[in-house]
Parts: sequence; C-alpha cells; structure tokens
Amino acid sequence: MNLIKRYWLTALASIVALVVFVTPFIFIILMAVKDRQQAALRDMSWPINFQLVENFLAVVQARDYMLITAYINSTILTVGSVTILVIVASMVGFVLQRHPTKWTPVVEFFVMAGLMIPPAVVPTIWLLQGIGLFKTLHGMILIEVAYNMSFAVILYRQFVATIPREMDEAAIIDGAKPLDVFFRVVFPMMWPVTVTNIVVQSVGIFNDFVNPLYYLPGRGNETVQLTLYSFQSQFNTQYNLLFMDILLVTIPPLLVFLFFNRQIVAGLSAGAIKG
Amino acid sequence: MTTVALDTPKATSTPKALRKDLRYPSWFYLPAGTIYFILFLVPTVASLYFSLTRWTLFNSTFIGLENFQQFFREPFLFQSLINTVIFAVITSGAKVVLGLLLAVLLTSNIALRGFLRSVVFFPVLVSVIGVGITFTVLMHPTQGLINTSLEAIGIDGPGWLTDPRLALFSVALVDIWRGVGLATVIYMAGIVSIPQDYYEASRIDGARPIQQFFLITVPLVRPAMVTVIILSFIGGLRLFDLVWAMTRGGPGFASDVMASVIYKQYQAGFYGLSTAGNVVLFMLIACLAVPLAIFLNRREVNQ
Repeated sequence: MNLIKRYWLTALASIVALVVFVTPFIFIILMAVKDRQQAALRDMSWPINFQLVENFLAVVQARDYMLITAYINSTILTVGSVTILVIVASMVGFVLQRHPTKWTPVVEFFVMAGLMIPPAVVPTIWLLQGIGLFKTLHGMILIEVAYNMSFAVILYRQFVATIPREMDEAAIIDGAKPLDVFFRVVFPMMWPVTVTNIVVQSVGIFNDFVNPLYYLPGRGNETVQLTLYSFQSQFNTQYNLLFMDILLVTIPPLLVFLFFNRQIVAGLSAGAIKG
Repeated sequence: MTTVALDTPKATSTPKALRKDLRYPSWFYLPAGTIYFILFLVPTVASLYFSLTRWTLFNSTFIGLENFQQFFREPFLFQSLINTVIFAVITSGAKVVLGLLLAVLLTSNIALRGFLRSVVFFPVLVSVIGVGITFTVLMHPTQGLINTSLEAIGIDGPGWLTDPRLALFSVALVDIWRGVGLATVIYMAGIVSIPQDYYEASRIDGARPIQQFFLITVPLVRPAMVTVIILSFIGGLRLFDLVWAMTRGGPGFASDVMASVIYKQYQAGFYGLSTAGNVVLFMLIACLAVPLAIFLNRREVNQ
C-alpha cells in the first residue's frame, strides 16, 4: 500500500515537473513558426501555416540585419572575455593556492567582494568615458573579465589543490622557468576545470543583459540579448517574430548544454560539498 | 629577451629560501589584479563619494546625505527597498525548499530521470530576457495561456502582472521557475556525496522514508543548502533583468526593485541618486547577506 502510494506520488511529481518546465519551451517553438494572425492569439494551438523559414528571414533582416551584427558582437564579447578570463584567473588561482603569504587573506577578501558587491554602475561609466572605453567592445570585454573574475578564480583555486606539488618541483629540477612551470606543466593539467570555466562563463556572458545595456549602448553595438529588448517594443504586434528571436537566442545555450552538460553542472555545483 | 638577462644572475645569487617565491611569482596576480582594481574597485570606492553629490558626469556638487534622505523619504524609492527584500526572501526561500524536493526526486529511481534533470536545469541557461518575455505573454490577464487554462477548469485567473498587489510575486514566481534548477543541481551534488550506508543502516532499524529525509538527508546536505541560500539570496537582491523584461517595475512602482530604480534614475539623468541607490543596495547586501553567510558557516563549524 505504502509502496503504491509512493509510486504514484513520484509519478505525479515527475509529470508536474515535466509540464511546468517543458510547456513554456513548446510554446516558444510553436509561436515561432506560426503566421502573424495565429500568433496574435497567443494560444497553444498547432500552427496552421508553418512559417519557419519566412519568420527566420524576417527576424534576421529586421532593422538592417541587426541580429547578425548582434551575433557578431556577442561572439567577439564572449570569446574575448572568456579567453582573457581563463588566462588571468588561472594564474591567480595557481599562485593563490600554491604559495600562501600574509597577503593571501587580502586577496581572498577581494575575491569574495567581487562575488557579492553589486558593481557601481554610473561611476564605472564615468571611468570608462575617462579612459575612452565607453561604448566600445574592448571596454565591455574588460568589464566582463572584471565582473566574472572571482568565480573563475575560485574554480581554478579549488582545482589546483588536486594537482600534486611534486609536478611543479619536478619541472623546476628539470630546469623549467616559473612561466614554463605554469604554462607548460600546470596549465595543461588544469584542462578539465578550464573547460568548465569556458562553458559556464560563456553561457553567462552570452546571456548577460544588464552590463551591455549600461556600458555598450548605441546603434551597431547591440548584443544578442539587447535585440530581444528592442524587438519587444517593435514586434508587439508580431509575436511570431518576437518568439523566433527568442528561439534563435536560446539555441547557442542549448547546444552548449547538449555537449557540455556535465561540465556545467560540475562548475555550478562546485562548493556544494565543501561549502 | 631582457627578462631572461635579468633573471639569470638573480636566480643563481638568491638563497634557497627565496627561490620558492620565484617558482610561484607574485606578478601572476598583476594582470587579473589590474583589471579588477581599475574596473571594479575604483568605481566602487568612487561610488561612495559620488553618492553624496549632485552629478552630471562632468561636474559634481557635494550635497551631503541628501540623496540618501531622498531614498528613504520618497515612498516609491523606499517601496523598492522593501520590494527587493521581499523578492529576495521569497525567491531564495522557495528555491531552498523546492530545490531540495526536486533534488531528492531526481536522485531517486524514477522513470525518465536523466531527461527530467535536463528539463529542470535547462531554464538556468536560457536568456533571462527571453524567459521574461515568454512569461509576460503567458501571464496576460485575458489571452495568456495560464489564465485561459485556469478558465477551462472554472477558475477566474488574476491579472498576474497588471494587479499591483500581485506583480512582484508573479515576477518572483518566474524567477523561481528559472533558478530552481541551479539550486537542484547544487543539492544533487550534496545528496550524491552522502554515503548510502546511512540509508541502509536506518532502513534496517526501521526508519520510514520521511524519517530518512529529515534525519539523514537534510542534516547532511547542509553545506549545499548554505550555498543555495547565499547564492539565491544575493541573486535575489541584485536581480534586474527579469523585472525589467516583465514589468519595467510597474504597474506604477509596484514591482520596482533596487536594481530597476538604479537604472531608472540613471536613465533620467539623476546620476548622484542612481549611485546612492547602488550604495544602498551594497549596504543591503553587506547588512543582510554577509551576516547570514557568517552565521550559517559558523554553525557548520560548531557541529
């Protein structure tokens, strides 16, 4: 009796979870392929006219191919900032774990501060203007590096602890210079956590809306997330196109998810066990 | 080339105790530290000054605490402060509880487990703005799918985002939908690390599943729970994009939170006031989240 009750309970919970989490995505897909009149109804009906290609082209062409520009901008932003992040954060994580000094608590404090303190928006704009990086992709890349540094450092630091010190020492004895020890011995061994970092940070930076909204305004500077924002007001009568855009913006994270599910989960749940 | 020339004589002449420093060079901190210092620390420190000024980006007039006074005097600004705390408490509370229940469900032997895990986690990776727009459409008072479905079973659905008393909670609901997957995977990592022996031993002693849950799973999953609480609480305090995509803080100021007020004041050109908002949000996190983190971590040590 108890067993049957439990079985039904888990089955019911599974079904509820399935409905709650899957329905919105089915809705997005259906809306994206409908024609304009049917999409205006905003219901769950099966599309009468499949307009996958037409809607796709219409969204891509909207506002002088804004979506293409946005994809290029987002790609540069994501690749650029993740590359810099991986290099500089791994260096910090390595030295921080290997060589504790009286300054280590200070560094740790700044790492925690970077995780918790909300960035001061207007002073940052003022500063970026002062050094000529406001409204530029370079500036935006450096901002993403600065804001995501703490998390990247934490991931690296945890992982360096699992690499035996003997590795560095053996390299030193073999005559390697400090830079070689790091870049040719330790860094290659950190590859698993580097993959985790790349995947987690790229998804985060690609999906970032707030920071480009503040620091990268202006025509031609749109990132993918900002196209959604501007299409939201422009397409409020063309729901099919709005949802086609949502679908297109969702595809890159979906691909990453399909291929790197394990690394993402590992990265995001790091610290769950140690606290 | 020059570095090599400088390095060699030094390395031979340094005593062995100092060689350790050479192996783990302190300048490795420099690239990361420079970026962090200039783009994060300098603005943060500068915000403390600029929050005390009337500011046009080109010149600033010192006006003391007037911006902060305004923050606590203007009802709609103060309301955003209250909303932020309500929002953070509701969303983190729900993620802590629902995340744990989902994690228990998804680590037990159920059909479609792998698929369910993916389905629960995927919203975490999706664009927040996309999620916000989708739910704004789903929550439309008359044509939204949620209310038409409720109507079909005879319930008169509320104006999720149009009712001022409800708007903030509707946004919170969507934030829970979007973020519970993250809490779930963190819990799952914690649950998987609990030794199976405990469950077996308790089963032999006649413990029922509900007892196992409260006496084994909950206490032993504590580190994960602490992570979930702190992450989602700080996330809730800082949230901006979802509110902006769904309600723009409306109707009226009913769903305004600190981060949306900061943006609105920035757009309106009140840079000093906007920066003061930033400082208030910073204080809020410092006064609520930091003591919470310290408290939760201390109890862990004592156990």
